[in-house]
Amino acid sequence: MEYSLYLIPLFPLVGFLINGLFIGKLNKKFVSFIACGAVGLSFFYSAHLFFELLSLPAEARAIEEILFVWIPSGQFNVNIGFLLDPLSIIMVMVVTGVSFLIHIYSIGYMHDDPGFSRYFTYLNLFVFSMLILVLANNYLLMFVGWEGVGLCSYLLIGFWFEKKSASDAGKKAFIVNRIGDFGFLLGLFIIFWQVGSLDFATVFEKAPAMFAVGGTLITAATLLLFLGATGKSAQIPLFVWLPDAMEGPTPVSALIHAATMVTAGVYMIARSNVLYMMAPTTLAVVAIVGMATAFFAGTIALAQNDIKRVLAYSTVSQLGYMFVACGVAAFGAGIFHLMTHSFFKALLFLGSGSVIHAMAGQQDMRYMGGLKKHLPATYWTFMVGTLAIAGIPLFSGFFSKDEILWKAFSSQYGSTWLWVFGVAAAAMTAFYMFRLVYLTFYGEGRMDSHAKEHLHESPKVMTIPLMLLAVLSIVGGYVGIPHVLGGINYFENFLEPVLHAGQNLPVATHVLTSGSYSTGTELLLMASSVILVLLSIILAWYLYRKNTDLSGKLRTSMSGLHKLLLGKYFVDELYGAVIIRPIVNGSLFLWKIVDVFLIDGLINGLAVVIGDISTGLRTVQTGRLRTYATIFLAGVVVLLLFVLLR
Amino acid sequence: MEDRILTLVTFFPLIGAVLLLFVPKERDDSVKSIALIIAFITFLFSLMMYSMFDPVANGMQFEVNIPWISTFGISYHLGIDGISLLLIMLTTILSVIIMISSWNSIKTGVKGYFISMLMLETGMLGVFVSLDLFLFYVFWEAMLIPMYFIIGVWGGPRKIYAAIKFVLFTMFGSLLMLVALLYLMFMYHSFAGEYSFSILDLYKMPIPLGAQTYIFLAFALTFAIKVPIWPFHTWLPDAHVEAPTAGSVILAGVLLKMGTYGFVRICLPMFPEATLQFVPLISILALIGIIYGALVAMVQRDIKSLVAYSSVSHLGFVMLGMMALNVQGLEGSVLQMINHGISTGALFLIVGMLYERRHTRMIADFGGLAKSMPVFSTFFMIASLSSIGLPLTNGFVGEFLILLGVYKANPVYAIIGATGVILAACYMLWMLQRVIFGKITKPENEKLKDLDLREKIILIPLVILIFWIGIYPKPFLERIEPAVKNIVSIVNSSRTASEAGMSKGYKCVGDRCDTHTFTTGGK
Amino acid sequence: MIVPIEHYLILSALLFAIGAGGVIISRNLIIIFMSIELMLNAANLSIIAFSLMHNLMDGHVLVFIVMTVAAAEAAVGLAIIIMVYRKRDTINADKFNLMKR
Repeated sequence: MEYSLYLIPLFPLVGFLINGLFIGKLNKKFVSFIACGAVGLSFFYSAHLFFELLSLPAEARAIEEILFVWIPSGQFNVNIGFLLDPLSIIMVMVVTGVSFLIHIYSIGYMHDDPGFSRYFTYLNLFVFSMLILVLANNYLLMFVGWEGVGLCSYLLIGFWFEKKSASDAGKKAFIVNRIGDFGFLLGLFIIFWQVGSLDFATVFEKAPAMFAVGGTLITAATLLLFLGATGKSAQIPLFVWLPDAMEGPTPVSALIHAATMVTAGVYMIARSNVLYMMAPTTLAVVAIVGMATAFFAGTIALAQNDIKRVLAYSTVSQLGYMFVACGVAAFGAGIFHLMTHSFFKALLFLGSGSVIHAMAGQQDMRYMGGLKKHLPATYWTFMVGTLAIAGIPLFSGFFSKDEILWKAFSSQYGSTWLWVFGVAAAAMTAFYMFRLVYLTFYGEGRMDSHAKEHLHESPKVMTIPLMLLAVLSIVGGYVGIPHVLGGINYFENFLEPVLHAGQNLPVATHVLTSGSYSTGTELLLMASSVILVLLSIILAWYLYRKNTDLSGKLRTSMSGLHKLLLGKYFVDELYGAVIIRPIVNGSLFLWKIVDVFLIDGLINGLAVVIGDISTGLRTVQTGRLRTYATIFLAGVVVLLLFVLLR
Repeated sequence: MEDRILTLVTFFPLIGAVLLLFVPKERDDSVKSIALIIAFITFLFSLMMYSMFDPVANGMQFEVNIPWISTFGISYHLGIDGISLLLIMLTTILSVIIMISSWNSIKTGVKGYFISMLMLETGMLGVFVSLDLFLFYVFWEAMLIPMYFIIGVWGGPRKIYAAIKFVLFTMFGSLLMLVALLYLMFMYHSFAGEYSFSILDLYKMPIPLGAQTYIFLAFALTFAIKVPIWPFHTWLPDAHVEAPTAGSVILAGVLLKMGTYGFVRICLPMFPEATLQFVPLISILALIGIIYGALVAMVQRDIKSLVAYSSVSHLGFVMLGMMALNVQGLEGSVLQMINHGISTGALFLIVGMLYERRHTRMIADFGGLAKSMPVFSTFFMIASLSSIGLPLTNGFVGEFLILLGVYKANPVYAIIGATGVILAACYMLWMLQRVIFGKITKPENEKLKDLDLREKIILIPLVILIFWIGIYPKPFLERIEPAVKNIVSIVNSSRTASEAGMSKGYKCVGDRCDTHTFTTGGK
Repeated sequence: MIVPIEHYLILSALLFAIGAGGVIISRNLIIIFMSIELMLNAANLSIIAFSLMHNLMDGHVLVFIVMTVAAAEAAVGLAIIIMVYRKRDTINADKFNLMKR
C-alpha cells in the first residue's frame, strides 16, 4: 500500500516556498492561511496515517519509503527516504499538532509585526525541517533536519535582528549547536565505517554483530551522538544558548525552544536505543548529565525574574529528565515525557506570551502582578500548565514524570541518587512555577498606570489554542497510566516494537524486569514525591503570597547564593574567558604576527635583499649610450684578441 | 563532433578575443555584448559537451591526439574525464557570470579587460583539457598573463604589489614544474626509447622512488602555491583584496582549482609512491590551513579578505579529502572544488555588489542591511550558509564526503578537520551579524538600492546550483566516480606493490594495464 | 684583373673602424645611426668578398637578407629618432639617460 509519507513534510515546504518567494507581495490573511493550512494539512494527514498504522499488526508497523538516491559514493549510499513507525508517528503528531496550534496563535501574536510574512515563512521552514528530522530513515537525513531546525532556530531567535541581543543570541545558538553537530558527524563516521550503512534499519540490525558490547567504538560513537544531543537539547555543557534564545518571539520559544526542536536529542537517543543499550558507559553518562542538568537548571530558575527565562530554565531542566529516562534505558518514558512536556510547556510559553502581549512587551515579573482578573482565560489555562509541570496527580506531567522517577530508581541502570536528585528537581520545579504564578497573576499590580490601562485579554485566535493545549495537558497523560495504579500503559505498548530491539539485546535482558521491587515501594516513592511537591508549593505560597517580606529578607541574607543563581553560575562568563577570548586573541596573533609579520615578512624580506643587491649592481649602468658602445667595442676587441692569440 | 568539441570549447573564447581586437575601443557596449555572447556560446558548447559525455564510461573521452612538435613527442593531446568535465562546466558558467557582473564596474580600458577575460578563459579551459604535459604547462603559464593584467590594471589601490606578488609566487612554482617536466621527458626516453609528454603514457612509466620523490616535490610545490596550501597562501588575500570583483571570482572559482586539479591529474596517479610518502605532511599542512584560515578569517575587518581566508580553509578541506586516497575522500574533494567555486564565487560577487554601492568593504561600515536590502541579504545568507556547509546546500555534501573519507584514512585528521566546520560557522555568522543584522548605524546604509535585475540574474544560477548539488548531487558524483576510482586503484595498487617490496609493480589506467615491473630493492 | 681578397677585407675593416669610431665619438643620434649602417655594410662587404672567393652563392643570399633587415631597421630607427626628437627636442645621445637616476 502506498502511504506517500513525503506528503507530510511536503505541505510545509510548499507553504514555505509560496510565502518565501512572494514575500512582501501577499497580504497577511493569505500568508497566514497558507502557513497554517500547510501545517494543518500535515497534521491531518499524519493523523490519518496514525490510524492506518494502528490498523496494522504491531510488528508490521514500520513503513519505509525511499524517494531517491541522495549521495552515492563508492560503497557509501544514502537515500532521501522516510520511515514511519510508532516512534516517528508520535513525533510527527506532536510536531504537527503543536505547530498547528502555535501557528494559529501566532496570527494573533504577530499581527502588528512588520515581518509578518517573513515570520511565517521561517516557521513553515522549521516545521519542514523538523518533520525531515523525525521522519528520516537514515542518520544523514536526520542530520539534515537536525541542522535545518538549527538554522530556523537561528533565523527565528534573531527574528528581530535589529536588536543586537537577538542577533547575538541567534548566532550563539547556531554556533553552540554546531559544536554538538561536530560530535554528531563524527559519531556517524564511526557507525558508517563499522556497519557500512547509515540506514536505521540496517544499522540496528547489524550493529549487535559489528560492535562489541561495551567496547570503545560503540561507546565513542554513542557519546559523540550524545554530544550532538546536548547541543540540540541544551544539556550541560552546551545548554547556554537556550536561555538566550528567548530573544525570539514568544510563540517561537514555545514551538522550537520548548515543544519540538529541543526534544530532538531525546528522539535521536530513543531512535538509537539499540546502540545505546550496547554502551552501558554512555548510558550512565547520559543519565548523570541529564540529572545534573535537571538539577542545576532548576536552581537557576529559582532566582530568575524574567518570565520567559524561568520557563527556559525549566525547559532545560525538564529535558534533563528526559535524558535521565534515556540514561536508565527507559526510552519509552523519555518519549512520554517529551510528549506531555511539549503540551504543557507550549501552553506555558504561549500563556506567558499572552501575558507579555497584555503587558506590551514587559517580561520582568517584578513589574507584573494581579493579572488574574484582567486575563482570565490566560490565567486558567496557565494554571493547568503549571499543575501539569509540577506533577500534580491527574495532570499529564504527573504520569510521565513519575514514570521517569520510578525508572530512575528501579531500572538496572538507575540508582537511589538519581531518584533523590530527581525528586529534588521536581520540588524545585513546583516551587519556581508557583513563584511565577504568584508573582504574575496574584497580588497587587506593580506595573505603572499606563501599562495598567493597556491590560487586556488576548484575542480568541490566541486563547483558543491555549485552551486546546490545556485540554491536552490534562488528558495527554492518560495514554500511559502506570500499572501500579491499575492502568494500561498504551503508550509504551505502542512504542514497544521500536524500543524492544534494544531491550532484547543480551546485555539488557533484565532491564524491564523491575519486578524485584514490590508495588508497595513504587506507591511509597510516588506518594513521597507528590508530598514533597505539595510542600514546595506551600512554601512558594508562603514566600510570595502570604509573607512577601520574607522572600526579600531571604534574598539579602543569602545574597551570595542569590547572585550566583541569578548570574546562572556565570557559565557564559566562564566560556567567554576560557574559550572565546583566547580564540579571538589567538586569531589576531596568527593574522598579524604569523601571516603578516612572519610569512609575508620573510618573503618581502627576500625581495628587499634581492632589490638591494640589484641597486648595487646598477651603478654599472651609466645610462650613456656612448659608454655602452665603447665597452661593447672593447669587449669585442678583447674577445677577438683572445681568440687570435690563444 | 566528438573529437572537435574540446577544441571548440577551449579556443572559442580566444577567437572571441581576436574578434574584439577589431572593435573600436570607444564602443564599450558592443565590446561588452560581444564578450558576453562569446562567453555564452562557449557555455552552450560546454553544455553540449556535457550532454555528449558518457557518465559511466571509464577513461578519457573526446580524445584528440595530433602531433605538434614530434621531435620531442609533444602533441596536441586533449581529453577529459568526469573531473575535468565538471571543472570545465564551472569555468564556462562562471565566465558568463563574470561578464555580466563586470558590466558596470569596469569603466576604463573596457576592451582590454574583456579581451583579457576571454584569453583567461581559454587558458583555464586549456589546463583542464590538456592530456599532454607540455600543453598543460603552456596553458598554465598562458593563464598567468591575463590574470596579471586583470589584477594589475583594474585592481584596487595596492594592485601593483598584489599583481607582482601573485605572478612571482606562481612563476616560482611553475619553473620547478618545468624542470621536473624536462626530467620526466628524458626519463621517458630512456624508458620507452622515444619522447612523449602524454600524461597517459607517463602514467605507465615506472619511476624509482628516489626520483619520484624529487619530481613529486617539484610538482607538488607548484600546485601547493596555487591551491594555496599553508604556508604558501599569503599571496591569496592580497590578490583577492586588490583584484576587481570578476577577477576575484575567477581566481577563487577556477584558478585555485588548478592546483588541486594538478594534484589529482598529475601528482597522485603519476607518482603514487611518493604521494603515499607525503600523505602525512600534506594532510597536516591541509589541517593547519583549515584551522588557520578559519581563525584568521574570523578577525578580518575587510569582508573580501575574510572570504579570501575562508578559501584557504576550504581548500584545506579539498586537500585533506584528496589525501585520504579513498573513493569518498577524493570524490568529496573534487565535488568540493566545484562547490567552493560556486559558493565563494557567489560571495565575492555579493561583496562586489556591496562595494559598488558603498565603495568600502570594511565590516564596520555596515550593519542593518537586512532592513534596507532584504533581497541582497537573502542571497548573502544563502551563499554564506552554503559556504558553512549547511545540509541541503552543496557545501555539506562535499565536506561530509571529505570527512567521511578522511575518517577512514585517519580518524584523528577527521576530528581535527571537523572543528573547521564549527569555526566556519563562527566567522561567517559573526560577519553576517555585523553586516546585515543589527540597527542601521550609518546613514549611508539607509537608502541603499536593493539588487537590480542584472544582479539577480548573476546570482540566481549560482543559488540554483547550490541547492541542486545539495539536494541531488548524484549526476555530479556519478560522473566523478569512474575517474576517482581509477586514481584510487592506481594509488592502492602501488601501495600493495610497495608493501610487497616492488615499486610501481603494475599500473592500470582505465582499462589498460601495464605490467612493467621495477624493483627498488636495495636502491 | 681580380682584386685580391685582402683589399676587400682591408676596406671592410676600415669602414667598420670608421663606423665604430663614429658610434663611440658622436653624440648625434643620426650620426650614430649612420655609423651603425656603415658597420653593417662593412660586414656585408667582407661577406660578399668571401663569397666571391669561394665561388658560393650563400654569401649573396645572406647579404640580401642583411640589406633588407638594415632597410627595415633604418625605417624603424629613424622613426624612433624622429619621435624622440619630437618629445625631447634634441637628438643628443648623452641627454637620454633616464636609466641613470
